[in-house]
Formats: sequence, structure tokens, C-alpha cells
Amino acid sequence: MSEHEFEVNGVRRTVSADPLRRLLDVLREDLALTGTKEGCGEGECGACTVMIDGEAVNSCLVPVCQVQGARVTTVEGAGLESVQEAFLEEGGAQCGICTPGLIVMTRAWLDTCEREGRVPDEAEARRALAGNLCRCTGYGKVIASALAAAAEGGER
Amino acid sequence: MAARDIHGPAPPWGDEFQVIGKPHRKIDGLAKATGHAIYADDIQLAGMLHAKTLRSPHAHALIRSIDTSQAEALPGVHAAITGKDMPVRYGVIPWTPDENALAVDKVRFIGDEVAAVAAIDEDTANAALELIEVDYEPLHAYLDPVEALERSDPLIHDTKKQTNVSKHVHLDFGEVDAGLEAADVVVEDDYSFHGSTHAPIEPHCAVAQFGADGLLTLWSSTQITHYVHRALSSVLEYPAQKIRVVQPCLGGAFGGKSDPFSLEFCVAKLAMKTGRPVKMLWTREEVFYAHRGRHPMRLHYKTGARRDGRITAIDARILIDGGSYSSFGLVTTYYAGQLLTGPYDFPAYRFDSTRVFTNKPPCGPKRGHGSVQPRFAFEVQLDEVAEKIGMDPIEIRRKNFQGSNTETVNGQRVTSNGFDQCLDKVETASDWKTRRGKLPYGQGLGVAGSMYISGTNYPVYPNKMPQAGIQLKVDRSGLVTVFTGGNDIGQGSNSVVAYLVAEELGLAVEHVRVVAADTDLCPVDLGAYSSRVTFMVGNAAIDAARKLRAQVVEAVAAAWEVAPQRVRLIGGHAIDLEDADRGIELREAFHLAEEKFDTLGSTGSYNTPTLGGDYRGGTIGASPAYSFTAHVVEAHVDTETGRITARKVWCAHDCGRALNPMLVAGQIEGSVYMGIAEALLEEHDVNRFGLHAGPSLLDYRMPLSIDTPEIEAFVVESIDPEGPYGAKEAGEGPLHSSIPALANAIHDAVGIRLRELPFTPGKVLRALREKQAPAGTESRAAERV
Repeated sequence: MSEHEFEVNGVRRTVSADPLRRLLDVLREDLALTGTKEGCGEGECGACTVMIDGEAVNSCLVPVCQVQGARVTTVEGAGLESVQEAFLEEGGAQCGICTPGLIVMTRAWLDTCEREGRVPDEAEARRALAGNLCRCTGYGKVIASALAAAAEGGER
Repeated sequence: MAARDIHGPAPPWGDEFQVIGKPHRKIDGLAKATGHAIYADDIQLAGMLHAKTLRSPHAHALIRSIDTSQAEALPGVHAAITGKDMPVRYGVIPWTPDENALAVDKVRFIGDEVAAVAAIDEDTANAALELIEVDYEPLHAYLDPVEALERSDPLIHDTKKQTNVSKHVHLDFGEVDAGLEAADVVVEDDYSFHGSTHAPIEPHCAVAQFGADGLLTLWSSTQITHYVHRALSSVLEYPAQKIRVVQPCLGGAFGGKSDPFSLEFCVAKLAMKTGRPVKMLWTREEVFYAHRGRHPMRLHYKTGARRDGRITAIDARILIDGGSYSSFGLVTTYYAGQLLTGPYDFPAYRFDSTRVFTNKPPCGPKRGHGSVQPRFAFEVQLDEVAEKIGMDPIEIRRKNFQGSNTETVNGQRVTSNGFDQCLDKVETASDWKTRRGKLPYGQGLGVAGSMYISGTNYPVYPNKMPQAGIQLKVDRSGLVTVFTGGNDIGQGSNSVVAYLVAEELGLAVEHVRVVAADTDLCPVDLGAYSSRVTFMVGNAAIDAARKLRAQVVEAVAAAWEVAPQRVRLIGGHAIDLEDADRGIELREAFHLAEEKFDTLGSTGSYNTPTLGGDYRGGTIGASPAYSFTAHVVEAHVDTETGRITARKVWCAHDCGRALNPMLVAGQIEGSVYMGIAEALLEEHDVNRFGLHAGPSLLDYRMPLSIDTPEIEAFVVESIDPEGPYGAKEAGEGPLHSSIPALANAIHDAVGIRLRELPFTPGKVLRALREKQAPAGTESRAAERV
């Protein structure tokens, strides 16, 4: 057990945990942020995607000791509203278990596009979201949602 | 047929809808998108223990003894259980109860559940599993269905007939032999369909709590709350009145959460034993063992047709690899034959289907239960018939179209049928006439058609009570709460219920709240399977809402001293159709109704009319309405690598009235994705020891966003006379014909007929070489691959 201090959705948190405890479990169980989902626990499905200092990662593969001092953003965090709105409007969520991961990943992608001055398009969206498995939609409405969010200016 | 069942496709006040037919958001969409929706694994209770399951390392073995004493002695462990704690057998089909919550005397596949432990956390529970000693006596393991068919020593189950046959069905309609003889063309071939699994992104999870009052509550990721409720009572030998089953938000199912599962019984038993809440979340690996996915089938089809394209007879023989337990297998064995009798009309049909047990993860219902495999074989064969008589593949399907309001060769009633329009849509959209057969070598177009049920009139346990029930409760704030036993598994059935009630009562959708799938609160519904929910729960919702509406209208009319015909509920108001100045908010209208009739509330039900052929099994596959689908797939075949790409899929689906076209399109697109995925990439199989070949999402190759073809979905609305406002199913039908349409497109592209799924590069290359090799050298060419 050791103390880990980091920021989650803009709030400074201190967690006492085994350094190798998965960030996913710390978020879900210790901090009761259950919006981040577990689909496989081995980094294949992307349901547990969160942002660490703006980078999208699979939180099931990150030990909590690695986020010391970092800024973690989950689906419950701020700045995701326009993406969430797009997923609702375009029918991008069916069962919804992959949706939090997809929304965080879309946010990270749009931020990257903005930072690097790239124009988000469908091919880019398909590549950007290729690490997030969705079993319901066939991806069409997911990609439409991501592009709708981009068209909204991707504003936070 | 009871009057309660049928309301007609239009509301009685005219054919203009306020809510229905519009792309409304899902009522639970915001909760899902913000992470606030509660799924089973999100439930955390004070003092909750975590449970894990010990699984069999043998494909087939007797259990001589199990010793859990060391596990129980491990600090942090609260209880360990084995099959002896729950010896009562169960099965989702009451005629074939061959499962135990934990193995009692033998194990039947690698991964079969043997013991369970509840501990303070998952790590401790896992450590305890290591301390359980099981003495096995291995038996011969059956991995080949043909061997299981021919050999009966040892038996996998102690069946009545002392064979490894799980179910055999032979049905014969019309003069099959004469029909084949009278045909100008007969095509006969073998086809093979492999196993695939649902792989919902949410692994199965269950949480149980046992109160001091004796109330056992189970939250489970099930798609059939009602059957789990019944099975729990039976297996735990505990009264159903003291059990409450709740389905929280569910993260995908596709048929894979239809059976009662070991973890549900285990957490319940462990909670009762320890007095603490217990949760079990399966790992992804365990979800693969639980399986209940697509049955591998070996199919032999013989189809005769006249030169004008009309089918004269179909003769089918099917061997089904059931895996280790019955699950829904009785139904699967029927569906494999019963659901082929549309959208085409033919005078003679025979099928002989046999499901055998093998020592593999049990198969069950995956999206398009039992009928996807035969549909593949037949639609590929039909394409070959068209080729032989020189007819366009779409034309031959038109030629044999059965039409609406007809009866199939096996005695099933078909009402609405928009298959001809489905064909028109995909033909036009794909530019079929100018492109099919004319694309460059390596590219091609293929077509296929199919039908599917909107629920069945066969409830899994025989009873004459409604299949679907709804209760409405009115709050003085103007909110209406709908209580439904229906299971929303992501398809949006709770939203559909809200749209229907909002439409009937003139309410805004956000003023309808849905409470679902809670056996304490909601009337019985038989659950989310066989694509029954929209049709049956939808009809029940209209039934309940229309009764409530009549009361509200009557009360308002009385208050205004006008005839009830003048009162219309619309846009959140009650209005006077003959006096534009008179109107009140619905909230006030509800008050008037409560004053007049006392506490408001209504119930609604749906049960199917009497359906089905007059023979044993004639009700299996009998549906109050059938959906129809046509696909055109554009395929690209890389002749160097053998890799196939589905470049574009056009899918037209007749779902009756689309209650929400956005949700229907979502179902069509998801179905097409899943069909193409299993045709090209996914395979669920075991190795020569019976060990799963790759129980992870890395090895099980689900398509990513970059692998999924462009899909264009078309909705055909053949308004059904008995569906809720004319609606039919949309969740399973659109998968079926995607696979044969792809196979037929490959033939158009490079001239090879692929009859064995999945279409891997090796098979493509082998077929290409065989095609190019001169006659007589095929086998040598094949060996070189």
C-alpha cells in the first residue's frame, strides 16, 4: 500500500492503494466513478479508455503508481458535452457499455486534430476509434457521432 | 384471438403520429453517454464479497471427489460451494434440464463450472480456487459431431435413448421426391457453417443480496429475467415469492445472455450461505467458455427448379454440433428447418436435422437463432440454380416470392410481406442491373434474401397466460410510469415502450418513465429473445395506454360536457377538436380522471393468436408476423492473397412500421456488421484437446471500425395488421442474408463457390486453384495449398 496523488476530472484525489492496482479499479471501486467500463481487462476492447494528461489510454493496463501527479479525465469529467450530445443525436450508443470509452477516445482524437491542425474526416475517425470495440452498432453511427462532434467544432 | 391483442396499425384518431416514426433519442441515452447508467458490475454494496469459479481442465471426465477444505481455511474466504450444494438440474427449455449450477458428477467441456468461492476480494477468491482439489477420471472426449452421432460409449448425457443425440427432427411437407423428379434443374451440395460467439462487450455479471427477512435479490446481466427467476427458485429450492430478479442496464447480449447461467445460482447460494452480498464478474475468457453461440452445422441441400425459375422441392439434411448441453437446442433443431419457408413459395420441403452433444462449450441462440446457417446454404444453392438456368439471381428470387397473406409449405401464416420491395431497393441502390456480372475480375455483387420471426407463439413453458404484460401508473405531476418485464439489452426496447405510451396519451416522451425487468415491480414478460419485444411488449403497451386514454378522455369530456369524440390528447394537452380555444394540460386532465375514477392505472397484455401447423413441432417457428430482408454485397477478392473484403453492403429490411427509424437503422447496421464478421473473421472453436482455440478479444477477431464495410440500410414498411402500429422485428432478420449475399458476390467476382465458412484466405486460394486446374487434377491442386 502506498499513497497516490493525482487529479481526476479536475479534483485532486489521494488514494491509498497497492502501486500495481489497476487505474480502472481505483476509478471504479475506490473513487466510485463507474462510468469507466471493463470489457476485457487485457487492453483489447477500449471500454475502459480514459485520458491521462490528454492522452487516451486503456485504464485496465495502467497501474495506479503511473498516474502520480497526472491529470486523469473520465467520461464523468467536463469537456465531453459536445461529444456526448453527438452520440445521443446520431444514435451512436446502443447497449452503451463501450460508449464511455468511445466518447473519451473521440474527445482525445478531436483534441489531437486541433493541436496538430488536422481536419477530422471519416477515414481519420475510423482509424482513431479502431482501438474501441463496439458490438452493437456496426460502427456507422459511432463514426457519424464522432464526425458530428467534429462538425460542432469539437468545442469543449 | 382475444380483442386485447390486436389494435390495428393506426391509432383510432387518425393516421398522423406525433412521436412514432421519428428519430427520437433513446430515453437512456444520456445516462449511458455520461457514464451514469448502472450496469451489473457497477453495483457495489456494503460488505460485498467477490466470487470466482473453478472450471474443468478436462473436456470430459467423471468427478471422483472434490475437497474444498483448504480453500475454505484460507484467510479472507467466506464460503466455497460445489455441485452438491445445488443438485437440482435446470435448462432454459423445461423438457431438457441437463445443466447443474456446478458440476455434480461429471464435467463435459474444458471450462465447465466445478466449484465457486466467495472471498473478500477477487485475488483472494482466485487464490482459494488453487487450493481446491478435484479428483477427475478422464473419459473419451467427443470433438467431432459425426463421431458423437455414431458412437454412444461413453455417453455425454444419460439420454433416454442412450445415444449422444440431443434432438432429432424430421418433417416432410408435400411431395419432395416427385418435385425433385419433375425439376428441370437439381442442385445438390454440402455446406459447412462454423461456430461463432456473441462477445458482448459487457462480460456476464451477477450480484446477490440475502436479507434477514429471507428476501433474495439478484441483479444480473440477463436478457430473460423471468426465466432466471423461475430457474433460481427451482435450483435453490427456495420459494419464488422470496426471490427478486432485476436486470440493470445491460451491455449487449445478442442471445448470449438468454440462458440461466452458473454465476447467477452461485452468487445467490453464496449470499445465502454467508449473509453477505456477493458479486461475480466473469473474465473475458470465461465469457468464451459460457458461449451459447452459433451452432456449427454441416448441411446437405438439394433443390429442384423448373426452367422458369420456380422451385419445385427442397430436401435438407442437417447435422448440428450442439456442444455440451441442451440450452435452447430443441428449438435450434426445429428452427434449422422451420424458418426456411419464406420469403419464397415452394410446394414441397423436407428437412432432417439432428443435434448432437460434443465436449465443447455449449451452443445456443446467437442472433438469428438456428436459421442463419440453413439460410446460408440455401441462398447459395439458389444462386447456383439461377446460374444453371441462366436467370438473374434477383429475378429468381422475385419469381419465387411468396407474397403477403399466405401460408407457407409448413403451415405458417404469413401476413405482411415486403420482400419484393426489399429486392427492389437493393437492386436499385447497388446499380445491380448495370454492374452485376460486369465488374472487373476480382470484384462482384451478390444477392440473398431471408425471413425471420417477430417472436413466436411457443412460450418455453406451456401456459395460456399473456406473453407480455404492461402496467401504467399516473402521477399527479403528469408523469406516467410504465412497468414492463421486457428486457432492454441495448436494442432500445424501453425507449420503444416510452414512444408508444407517449403517442397514445399525447405526452412528451420525457414525461414517460420506464421501469423494466424487475420481477418485484413489473408484470411478467418472457424476455428479449426470438425478436419478440417490440411486437409483443409494444402491443401490450398500446393496450394499456389505450385503456388509460379512454378514462382520461371520458373524464375530460364529462367536465366539458361534450361528446368524448371531441376530446383529443395531443402535445401534452387535452384539446377540444371543435373549439380551438378549449384545452387543458394533460396533468389537469389526469386530475379530472382521478377525481372521476379514483386512483388511475391500467394494465395491458399481449398473447399470440393460435398459430402454427397441425403437427408435432408445428408451433415452433410460428410467429404472429415475419420480417423480411434482402442484401446485396459488393465483394473484392484479392487473388494473390485470398483476402476477401466486403466493400459495401446494401440491406433492405421489412420491419413493418419503423417506430423509430434511427433505432431500426442501428439494428440493421449492427446485424450486417455481425454477419460479415462471422463470414470473414470470427471463429469459435476448440483445439484437438477440446481447449478453446483463443478465448480473448485478441484471438477472437472481431472487426474494428476500419474493418467494417460501408453499410447502407433501407427500411421497408409493409405495415403489419397485428404489429404495434404495424411494426415487426428488426434486430435479427437483417443478419441472415448478409452471409450468402457475400458468398454469391465472391462467385460473381472470381467464379468460385465457397460452401464452407468462414471464408478464409486459404479456402479462397484453394478454390481459385481448383477452378484453374484442368479437370481431374483438382485434388492434387488442393493438396498443395
